[in-house]
Amino acid sequence: MADLSVKIAGVEFKNPVITASGCFGFGEDYTDFYPVSRLGGMSLKGTTLDPRAGNPPVRIAETPSGILNSVGLQNPGVDALVNDYLPRIKNSGTVVIANIAGSTVEACRDAVEKACVDGIDMIELNISCPNVKEGGIAFGVREESVRQVVGEVRKVCTKPLIVKLSPNVTDIVAIAKAAQSAGADALSLINTLLGMRIDINSRRPVLHNNVGGLSGPAVFPVALRMVWQVAKAIDIPVIGLGGIATWKNAVEMLLAGACAIQVGTAMFADPMTPVNIVDGLEKWMDENKITSLQEIIGKVEVWG
Amino acid sequence: MILNKSCKITEKKLIAHGIGDIYSVWLNCPEIAAQVRPGQFAEIRCEGFMLRRPISICEVSAEGIRLVFEVRGEGTDWLAGVEEGASLEVMAPLGNGFEPIEGATALLIGGGIGVPPLLELAKSYKENAMAALGFKRAEAAVLTEDYSANCETVVATEDGSLGEQGYVSAAVEKLITERKPSIIYACGPTPLLKYAVALAEKLGVRCQISLEQRMGCGVGACLVCACKVKTGEGYKRVCKDGPVFEAGEVEL
Repeated sequence: MADLSVKIAGVEFKNPVITASGCFGFGEDYTDFYPVSRLGGMSLKGTTLDPRAGNPPVRIAETPSGILNSVGLQNPGVDALVNDYLPRIKNSGTVVIANIAGSTVEACRDAVEKACVDGIDMIELNISCPNVKEGGIAFGVREESVRQVVGEVRKVCTKPLIVKLSPNVTDIVAIAKAAQSAGADALSLINTLLGMRIDINSRRPVLHNNVGGLSGPAVFPVALRMVWQVAKAIDIPVIGLGGIATWKNAVEMLLAGACAIQVGTAMFADPMTPVNIVDGLEKWMDENKITSLQEIIGKVEVWG
Repeated sequence: MILNKSCKITEKKLIAHGIGDIYSVWLNCPEIAAQVRPGQFAEIRCEGFMLRRPISICEVSAEGIRLVFEVRGEGTDWLAGVEEGASLEVMAPLGNGFEPIEGATALLIGGGIGVPPLLELAKSYKENAMAALGFKRAEAAVLTEDYSANCETVVATEDGSLGEQGYVSAAVEKLITERKPSIIYACGPTPLLKYAVALAEKLGVRCQISLEQRMGCGVGACLVCACKVKTGEGYKRVCKDGPVFEAGEVEL
């Protein structure tokens, strides 16, 4: 039997499949389909220092092989995460990752500090949300601001720190290096690509926020390329996400250099996608006599 | 418990034409049928699309569920092309559903493709229900015989080609002159819901409304199907907190 376990920043994952933030709530919405203990980990809904109402609807639009969303970081705030949600989901047999965002450096720092409690295994700092007017992505697109926010968060973060990167940048490697140098223990990429749809009859953008984040299989090749570029340029582990829908996509992502993968949008088409990826990956490894993920991770053989 | 099943289409019929063609489909799924409450919905996977289509459950039998849907876009157009004998991937039952009240006299107000989600309520209330059904015109009318087999039913069409001439309010007025409802249930376009809420307020009775919104996951995780709450800030999830809300709960 293939060993699917992987260690990221000292945290042991039983398999490399993590549900992506924003698509899995706080881990309680998919339990009719499978226990969360089937997952390597789950990244919880993006949480801010104070509760946020989010954007007015419409918040979603379908696109070829993808979706646009503009939820706008609706969340109950970090205190509710810690006091209300966490007691119900901790010790559920999977790695629990708190995804934290904020509109200022101080708000990010304070929220991370509050989220570093027993039951949260890792922090994923979201410096890449495209759907809030201030902050969010603003941090993630310049090296200097990435260094600043990651550095400040690092000072208070007592858990392993993942920094989630935006693809809406000119040089993803430079941003990744900035996050690494400021103290990130791991990186996750990519967040959504900024996009837009217009209703030709009303002449209005479909999304009330006018623009939103593109996800789903449409973005997979972009995500794969960015993970590949970043993984070979930095020394800390990379978690790959963006459009992964099948175990084959997951293998590609691992070959490109990701130590683990996250699954998001594909769950909307099939809620079983994460466990199907775990099962498919295991079967493929067994069939190919691959005993550990280390034989795959970063093992793409590029053309000379 | 939400089930995720491949369900065979045992019967499919083109039954009307509203904005698009309207189909009635029976799916074989006893396990889902056993759990369905009136007003709940299913999410149906459409080949080639990322998002499932949320479709209300119109009726249940021992063997399965009935969906009545209208072709409104590419996803429902694909769905309309799936033939009897083929299978659909169905996630159901979803959402909270209507709450039937024992001993109540129910007024059901449905408009257009908002008519199907109320049928199970009519079946549970029987003679204690009255149904006011509004359509654009006769060709758009659906399920009128299904309703009249269960309860007192008045139909209205905007052009007068079937039943009363006018909006659904014309049908409501005819019904409530003789019997006063103690609860109102409504599903349909926003003006219809606003009318139902105002009527309930005037009569001093409870009112439950079923909402629509573009959806993502269907299970409450992704927060895209937001509807604004009436008091204070914030949004509720149509898929999980709804689709049925008390009249005072949400903004229309």
